[in-house]
Order: sequence, then C-alpha cells, then structure tokens
Amino acid sequence: MSTIIEKPEAAAKLAAAPAFNREGLIFEHSKKGRRGYSLPALDVPRRELSDLLPAELRRDTIDDECEVSEVDVIRHFTRLSKLNVSIDAGLYPLGSCTMKHNPRINEEIARIGGFAQSHPMQPEDQVQGNLELLWNLEQSLKEILGMPRVTLQPVAGAHRELTGILMIHKALATGGNARKYILIPDSAHGTNPASANFAGYGIRELKSNSRGTLDLDLLEKQVDEDVAALMITVPNTLGVFEDQITAIAGILHRKGAYLYCDGANLNSFVGIARPGDMGIDVIHSNLHKTFSTPHGGGGPGAGPVGVSERLIPFLPTPTIEKGDDGSFFLDYNHAASIGRVRAFNGNFGVLVRALTYMRSMGPTGLRRVAQLAVLNANYIRARLKAAYHLPYDAPSLHEVVFSDRNQTSRDVHTLDIAKRLMDYGFHPPTIYFPLIVAGALMIEPTETEPKEELDAFCDAMLAIATECEERPELVRSAPHTTPVRRLDEARAARQPILRWKP
Amino acid sequence: MRYIPNASEDIREMLAVVGVDSIDRLFETIPDAVKLDRLLDLPGPWSEIEQRRWFNGLARKNRTAVDHDSFLGAGAYSHFQPACVDQLLLRSEFLTSYTPYQPEVSQGTLQSIFEYQTHQCLLTGLDVANASLYDGSTALVEAVLLAERVSRNRKKVVVAQSVHPHYRDTVTTYVQNLGLEVVEVPWGPDGRIDPEQLRDACTDDVMAVAVQSPNFLGVIEDYASIASIADGVKATKIAVIAEASSLGLLSPPGAHGFDVAVGEGQAWGIAPQFGGPYVGFMVVRDVLKRHMPGRLVGETVDVDGRRAFVLTLATREQHIRRGKATSNICTNEALIALAANIYLSLMGREGLREVAVQCVQKAAYLRQQLATTGLAEIPFSGPIYNEFTVRTSRPASEVLAAFAEQKILGGVAIGEFFPELQNDFLVAVTEMNTREQMDRYVEVLRGVVTKEAR
Repeated sequence: MSTIIEKPEAAAKLAAAPAFNREGLIFEHSKKGRRGYSLPALDVPRRELSDLLPAELRRDTIDDECEVSEVDVIRHFTRLSKLNVSIDAGLYPLGSCTMKHNPRINEEIARIGGFAQSHPMQPEDQVQGNLELLWNLEQSLKEILGMPRVTLQPVAGAHRELTGILMIHKALATGGNARKYILIPDSAHGTNPASANFAGYGIRELKSNSRGTLDLDLLEKQVDEDVAALMITVPNTLGVFEDQITAIAGILHRKGAYLYCDGANLNSFVGIARPGDMGIDVIHSNLHKTFSTPHGGGGPGAGPVGVSERLIPFLPTPTIEKGDDGSFFLDYNHAASIGRVRAFNGNFGVLVRALTYMRSMGPTGLRRVAQLAVLNANYIRARLKAAYHLPYDAPSLHEVVFSDRNQTSRDVHTLDIAKRLMDYGFHPPTIYFPLIVAGALMIEPTETEPKEELDAFCDAMLAIATECEERPELVRSAPHTTPVRRLDEARAARQPILRWKP
Repeated sequence: MRYIPNASEDIREMLAVVGVDSIDRLFETIPDAVKLDRLLDLPGPWSEIEQRRWFNGLARKNRTAVDHDSFLGAGAYSHFQPACVDQLLLRSEFLTSYTPYQPEVSQGTLQSIFEYQTHQCLLTGLDVANASLYDGSTALVEAVLLAERVSRNRKKVVVAQSVHPHYRDTVTTYVQNLGLEVVEVPWGPDGRIDPEQLRDACTDDVMAVAVQSPNFLGVIEDYASIASIADGVKATKIAVIAEASSLGLLSPPGAHGFDVAVGEGQAWGIAPQFGGPYVGFMVVRDVLKRHMPGRLVGETVDVDGRRAFVLTLATREQHIRRGKATSNICTNEALIALAANIYLSLMGREGLREVAVQCVQKAAYLRQQLATTGLAEIPFSGPIYNEFTVRTSRPASEVLAAFAEQKILGGVAIGEFFPELQNDFLVAVTEMNTREQMDRYVEVLRGVVTKEAR
C-alpha cells in the first residue's frame, strides 16, 4: 500500500517538468520527399491525364498533406498509443460500458481472408459462408434473448434504438395511430430520448422511485392513448433489476403500447433470464459490451435488435434466411418493413467476433459471465460502502453507483476522485451519470477482473477517501502523473481549434 | 473458463466479504418467474482449435479476392491495405480503450482523431470534420438532417438517382416520420445528373441537394454546375463520396462551393469485410460546425500550458442535450477512423495521388479494351474515375456467373436497383488489378459473349 500512495507524489514532481513525452502531430513530422509506401509501377500505357479527365475535374495536389516514412508512422502511432490507458493494461471500470477483456482469437477469426476480403455486393451463392455465419449468429441471439427474430443490421446502441422505435412506429401506424410519445425514465442514457426524437416521437420523462426503479401507479397514470412505448433499461443504470418487469409489460400491453428494453446491461443476466420471457417487445444487445468485441476508442460496435412476434413484419431489410435446400439467402421481401437502416450487411467484422466469443463461452460460460460480473461488482460495493455514500441501497447486479456526498464537505468532488484514480493507474468509473444521482461514480468491473485487480482498485479508492480527509488539495489538483494534467475545456469550446493548420 | 480469472478460492473469499453464502443469492431481485430454469441451448464451449476449424470451414465457402481476380466496387473497393495499418490497430492501447471521455489518459486516441479530422479537411477542401459516423449511408442521412436544421422549415431534399441505392434507401428509412420529402432526379445520357430536371426539381422549398461523385454508375459529376443550380434556391449542397480514394485526384467538393461532404472511408486501407465496419465521414463549412452531429476533438492546453486534445462542443450531443441533440449517435467508428488516419499518413500527399492516378489509368485501359473490341457497350459517356458501367447482350447475372467460373469476380449487377438495366453491371479497377488480369478479363468476356452468339 505504501508504495501505491508514494508513487503519485514522486511522479507529481516529475510531471511539473514542462512538456515531457509529447508527440507532435503527424503533419509536423512531414518533410518533403519522405515516403511511407511503395506501389507497383503502372503496367498499362500511361495516358495524359488531360485526355482522361478535364482540368476542372482534377486537383493538382493535396495541399498540406503530409510526407512521412513508414518509420515515422510506426513511431508516431506507437508513441501516441502510450498516452492511452486500456483494458489490456488493467481494470477499466466504466459503468454501463462493460469494459471486459477482448479475446484475441476473435481478432484472428475476423481477419481470415475469406471473411475479411469478402465483398458486400456479391451474389448470395458466392458468400454462403458469411450468410451461414450470420444465420447462426441470429439463432444464437434468439436463444440468448428469448426473442423469435433478431436483425443484425444496426451497428451501434443508438442505431439500434432508432431501428426499434421505428418498428414500433410502423406497427402502430399500420394499426391506424402511431401515437405521440415515448416514456423514458429519468435514469436513462441520453441516446434513448435522442433516438425517440429522431424516430418522430415526443418524450415524456418518468421519475424513478427511491429504489431507482419505476412505480407502477405512476406508470399506470402516464400510459394513455398517446403513448407508443416505454423505453426501459434492464437492469437500470443503477444496476438495479426492475423486479416488476412483467407487470410493467402488462400495463403497456393493455393500453396497446410496446415495451422497449435497452439491453446495454445484458452482461448482468445473460444465461440467467431472458428478455423474451419478461414480456419485452424490443431488446437490443451491444455486442461490443456483453459479447467482448473491442471498443476501439469509441467504436465500432455492432448490434442486433430482437423483437417479439407482432413486430417481425416490420424488421429492417434484408433478413437472413435458410432455404429448403439448405442454402442461405438475403430476403428483401417484407412489404411492411421499415426499410434499410444502413448500406450493406451491418458491421460484419464485429458480428464475426461476437459469434466467436459466444462459441468460446458456450452456455455454461455465458451463465458464468453474469455470475462473476455480479459477484465482482458486489465485492467492490461491499469493500467501498463504508467510505463512499451509496445513494440507492437496493441490491444491485453488475454495477454499483456511489456518490461523492461523504467527500463534498472537504470540497472534494466526483471529478477530483476520478482524476486522482488515474494517479493510481486506473481509468476512472463513469461519472455524473445516471443523472438522478448527484455526483455519481458508476463502477462496473465485469467478470474478467481477477480478485487481485479488484483489491488494488478498492485499495486505491480507500486511499483516495483518506486523502480527501487528510490532503484534499492533492486530490483536487489530480491527476499528477498522466501525460497531460487537467485540460482547459472551456477554451476548447470557446475558441474551437478543430484541425491542424500549417 | 479462460476469460474469467476468478476460481473457487477467490469466489469463496469474495462471497465472505459480500456476506452471502452463494452467488445465486445475488440474483434474488430477478423474479423466479422469469429466471431460466435450464442452460441456454447453444454450441460450445469451444477451444481455439475448434474455433479455427469451424470458422475456416465457413470462410472457405466464400469466393473472394484472396483467390479470385476482383473487379467489384459499387461502394466497397479492393485497395492496397498497408501492413502497418492493421499491425498498429492491434496495439492494446488503441484496440481496448474506450471513448476518450477522460482526456488525461486518452491523449493517444484524441490526438489521432484530431489528425483524422485534419486529413478529412485537406482532402475535401472543407473546414470542419467530425470524429466519424457509422458509414457512408448514415453519413448522408446525417447530412440531410443537418441541412434540415439550418433550413428554416424547408422540408424537401433533392437526391440524385445516381446516389448509391443503399444510401438512398437508408435516407428514406430515417426520415419516414420526420415529415421530409425526398425528390429523386434521374441521370442524363452521359450518366451525370440531368441538369434540366435538376433545375425543375429545385423549387424554393428545397432545403438540400445531394449528389454522389463519382456516382453509382461510375461517372464524375460536374460540381460547379450543380452548385450554381442549388444556389439559385439557397439549398445546402451535399456531396457524397462513396469511393474516397478519388479525393486523391479529383477536384474536391469544397473547391466548388459545396457546404457538406459526406462519404465512405473504406477505400482508405480498410478491408471490404462484407460491408463493415467501415467509417463514415462528414466535413462541413465552418459556419455549420455547431450543427454537426457526432463527436469533435479540439485542441487546448492543460493547467501547465501543454498542448492537449479534448472532446469539445459537446452541447450538441445526446449525452448533454438528450432529446434535443443534433444526432442520436454515441458509439462511432473510432478504430476504423484510426485505420484511415494511419493509411492517409502513410500514403501521404504523393501516395494518395499515385493510387488515384493508377485507378484512373487502369480503369481507362480496361474500359477502352472493352469498347474497342466491341465485346461490350459503354452506356454512359461521362468522365469516370475507377469504375464504369458495362452493358452486354446478355443478362448481367449470367455474364457475372460465367466470370466466377473462371475465378473472376467480374462486377456488380445493377438490375436489382434499376430494372431497366438488367444487362448492365459495374466494373471497378484499382491499383490492385494488373494488366494481365484485365487482359484475361477481356478474353473471358469474349468467350462469354461469343458463346451466346453461336
């Protein structure tokens, strides 16, 4: 422990030295005449460009583009990479983000030439391997989610939400009244209201109760003939399972509305329970969370949407089908479909990785995922609850949300605690979310963390709690050991510099 | 379980700290009525040996450029993929990090995005690029929505019929409940958008005009004349670029007064991988930057005055503005944008041009061979970059099937999108295609066509 506490202070002195370890922009490495590539010589007779393209359609140069060698490029990006922290280097406890280990066999499989070099506009008979893979992925997701059909087209959580709400809109409109509002709890992720808006709906916000869940009485009052659906996250952003989920579904269905489930937190109950058995009409699953595909600094993601029987006619096109002869095909023949939500066939490369992961885990492994994810989160909760305030004390599953209430009396806030964690070598948790918790610290360790790492994290959090009491300034001025320290974010927004200029 | 470190001893110790006697106790808030009383019915668990066996078996059922000559395009292209790109992508610090919300420990990702944004500006001739969108089709959607936000209540968007059909379909899906009207304008005999029909379509309730160049038929549009027509009704001018390598040689949309350039960055070193993940880009004039969807990275300083990068102008985004955000996008295509940045840096000013020049020269060669031998008709006379439409006397699907028998992926049939063009297909030629491949292409086509004649 003592070394952990000392290290940040020693490094703090070092960090006070100006501009260490900073890497210039690739454009600043540029020197005339340097080359990072070679191409075969042109093997057809070279014609005058002016014979091929009129001058007004051409550019002479790409002004200010860089000229660098391969060595420059490798060094530059390697140095840049060292300025990031990553899940491969240690616990990355972002709540709601499910930062779990990214298995390398997934990367290898996705890079097999027969997959990586396959083209999205080839006839079906040339890509039977891909279609069989996608068909198998849909079968597996149907079983995992308990839903009768799943589309693999959408490529991210927000994209999926839009797809799901568009389907609900189309289904209701087909029945004669598309309705006007989507109900969204105040604990929801920001993409929920944004997606509902872009699908053509207004938003009605629902207050959470003291457990962080929904009150059935309140819901009953809010669901009227204008409400198209409730968008709910299960378990919610506090990690609390909506134990009245079937009753919630019942209320909506009785009024002719739909229950949309944001499946971002599927990691907490995969293999334990299934959305389809809860009366849910639409569920999306973030394959870049539960199914281990890498986050890549913000994407790509991928993602399926599972739907209940009555929404199947409205699925986006194409769907993947298996013919009587055992061959696979893309089916565009869905008259009521909402249409195409993206060019081509979804984020295929991500889908390959997710199926690889499902096969690595199998049914026993997937169940173990939820069990250990929940145990790990509850272990952190147990170890930290004496030092950090727990605003909602209902039992939580895969994540735990603390607040800074115990620390604010020393004028230390969530942001400071988050920044100080960096000095201990950890990425901070999700902060100031969900919005219903003032000063939220939302911690999700996932199942892939060993106990030693959880202990090191808890030790760091406890040490910071002590520092908040004894040396609050040290925490308020953190981080001290990172490549850069706190940034002037106001300046970035007030005088935006959004590109390099020579 | 190789991805789950904690074993029985750890679990016993942790349960003791939590104060429960079994893991099942932690799931008591999930009602028994919805709990699964069995294991999921799924294959596995598989070892890596079994994974390789099964997935390689599937991959072998595909026909790809690995062992075929490929002339496939139509929005996804076979280009040179430098070894460096994928090697660098596999670095843990890029691959396994999250969205850079904590800038002190994410400068690598943030600086790379800033560089990516700069490349986009230089290539398109516009001012402000975002951190990435999902792909070319959804980038076009976002451009249309942006135009609507700045349009003062105009609701009509004019889209060239020669914009990629998947892109047009995606726009139709997205706007179906937003009260927007999409008006499509056909092409003329040269394959370019018909200027008279464009002028007729540009009524004063039109908020945006979107054209693709090179268009879906392979023909390069005349940005200047389109801009002058759109300017007549003060519509936002949107250029769609589905073949990003063309920006190495073709005059960029920003040079002709276009307001927004969107497109697909797959050509920048990204494998075709059956359609994704790719990277959508969007670049706008400076006055539009606060209407931009998605993440933006800006330069600033830290408390010690050192240059640093940070996500900025976030008040546009859903995590702040929720229902009133400029877009619902959250997860984007950051890793693919990094790949594009590495590719663009490596190729640089000269390499990007050389790739584009080789594309133009080689495509011109094959196009001329096909035309002069009389084996195929070239139905559109407009200037091309690296792709063109070919028409023969036989249905395109039959011709392409005959090519496949000779291990040639000969092109993309377009009759599915334009029923009157059943005999037409697109042929794309890049720096990856050799003269020998092209000469063989001509010979195989000769066989296919003459077989029909007999």
